[in-house]
Amino acid sequence: MSNVAKRQTSTLDKVLRVALYATLLSVAFIYLAPFLVMLLTSLKDVEEIRTGTLLSLPGSLNLDAWSKAWSSACTGGQCEGIGPYFMNSFQIVLPAVAISTLLGALNGYVISHWKFKGSDLFFAALLVGCFIPFQVILLPMARTLGWLGIANTTTGLVFVHVVYGVAFTTLFFRNFYQSIPGELVKAARLDGAGFFTIFWRIILPVSTPIIVVTVIWQFTQIWNDFLFGVAFSGFDTQPVTVALNNLVNTSFGGKQYNVDMAAAIIAALPTLVVYVLAGKYFVRGLTAGSVKG
Amino acid sequence: MNNNAAKAESAATPAGRPARLSLADWMPKLVMAPTVVTTIVCIYGYMIWTAVLSFTNSRMLPTYKFVGFDQYEKLFNNDRWMVALSNLGVFGGLFILICLFLGVMLAIFLDQKIRVEGAIRTIYLYPMAISFIVTGTAWKWLLNPTNGIEKMMIELGFEDFKFDWLTDPDMVVYCLVIAAVWQASGFVMALFLAGLRGVDGEMIKAAQLDGASIFTTYRRIILPSLKPVFFSALVILSHIAIKSFDLVAALTNGGPGYSSDLPANFMYAHAFTRSQIGLGAASAMVMLGCVLAILVPYLYSELRGERHE
Repeated sequence: MSNVAKRQTSTLDKVLRVALYATLLSVAFIYLAPFLVMLLTSLKDVEEIRTGTLLSLPGSLNLDAWSKAWSSACTGGQCEGIGPYFMNSFQIVLPAVAISTLLGALNGYVISHWKFKGSDLFFAALLVGCFIPFQVILLPMARTLGWLGIANTTTGLVFVHVVYGVAFTTLFFRNFYQSIPGELVKAARLDGAGFFTIFWRIILPVSTPIIVVTVIWQFTQIWNDFLFGVAFSGFDTQPVTVALNNLVNTSFGGKQYNVDMAAAIIAALPTLVVYVLAGKYFVRGLTAGSVKG
Repeated sequence: MNNNAAKAESAATPAGRPARLSLADWMPKLVMAPTVVTTIVCIYGYMIWTAVLSFTNSRMLPTYKFVGFDQYEKLFNNDRWMVALSNLGVFGGLFILICLFLGVMLAIFLDQKIRVEGAIRTIYLYPMAISFIVTGTAWKWLLNPTNGIEKMMIELGFEDFKFDWLTDPDMVVYCLVIAAVWQASGFVMALFLAGLRGVDGEMIKAAQLDGASIFTTYRRIILPSLKPVFFSALVILSHIAIKSFDLVAALTNGGPGYSSDLPANFMYAHAFTRSQIGLGAASAMVMLGCVLAILVPYLYSELRGERHE
């Protein structure tokens, strides 16, 4: 290769490289922009919103919209802000995540190391549960919750989220436990160790990564749920997503976009914090079932 | 139904010879029992239940007067349902294509030993952590015809700039596409990036030694080997599209009129607020049919692949 040609390719390389970085960074800006606009809007007052544009800066740091969104904005009938509903979401999410993760771990353990007749077939049947459109189960579930006496309660929502979350948690744990050698479990059984002793002493100590992935996955799924929340909750047991939607669609006394945006950020905050702190695991959770199959 | 499932479960355990069985023998089945029962009842039982409801003339409360395929006939003569179905076609098609294209391109770009890769990846993916309700709320404001992007462009000097898709019945479905792509394309990027990292490095080196340009290498060698990732992404994206409910609820509430309804919103409206349980059930069954049409071939090929390993 002649010198001239070499120099040419290297300049071309440099130009391409700059273009590459420029593209990546401008795309990053596009992804960030909506959140930036939300944040800026939530810090403005109504007058500034009327006169300014999406990306114009607020005149002063004004947290009125935030306190209004939290404690006094109207969400349909009541005007207590989304604070109470934010707490409802935690009351639904925490038990639902804990129970579905525990069940998933035990199920995954059985399906990979204590196979019985029909357990593989059952696993296949359970997998379908990950994919059905939930519209198919809404009406019967509404009747069932009524019969059980837990319609419109947080308990009812916890129940629903556990029932339909277990398919995913079982899949995650089963895929992870498949990689633990069966000989290990067999040896322990020969030594007389029982079902729970093996789970407790051998399986659980190596499960930390998959527990983290599953907890993060379930937390985001259940926190972000809207369908079950709107179908099965009562007025004072609504999760925050439902309250946010009511707040935004309440056209009571003029639109206050700053309050809408503050409420939206509050509703998104828990999952965003989890994502920023443990994003690596979040990605792993998202790709777990899909790349490896 | 509950009792039957529980009975079937206990019958499956060999309870005939209790004296010979240790605790460990029935413990696995006992541990799985709650999940088995809820799966049989709350997934398969409910599916059948909804199917039964779709053949009745239930309105506000479920009744069991069977009317054959009347509800399905009504459904496909219902203009709002046909709008919802064609919206799903437009929305799903564009959403999947754009997400796949952006996802692949961004993954390839990010795979060029970029210095701040971690940070950029985090930014591309963060919308996936957010609820569709929040996404809808944010984009409702961004796409606001008087105060949103339109006003910003006018202030920037483009005085004739017009961007009122959110209130235009013919264009509103594209607003759904924009917001959904913003939310999910980063996820597709993450899937492909994980796939790219798994491609055999030796193969790429060999191709480059043979004088293949970087573009040829991607087109001929790397992308074809990512076929399974394409497949998974396709299934996940079409699944998101068919289930889309919250985005419509927050961004357009189905409006203007019912021009931006999707099947999931149609089902919810008829089953829960308009007292048309039979019709709602029929629409849910059609949605299930759509999902199965995509899912069954996928699961079949996945399971066959596993057996070959």
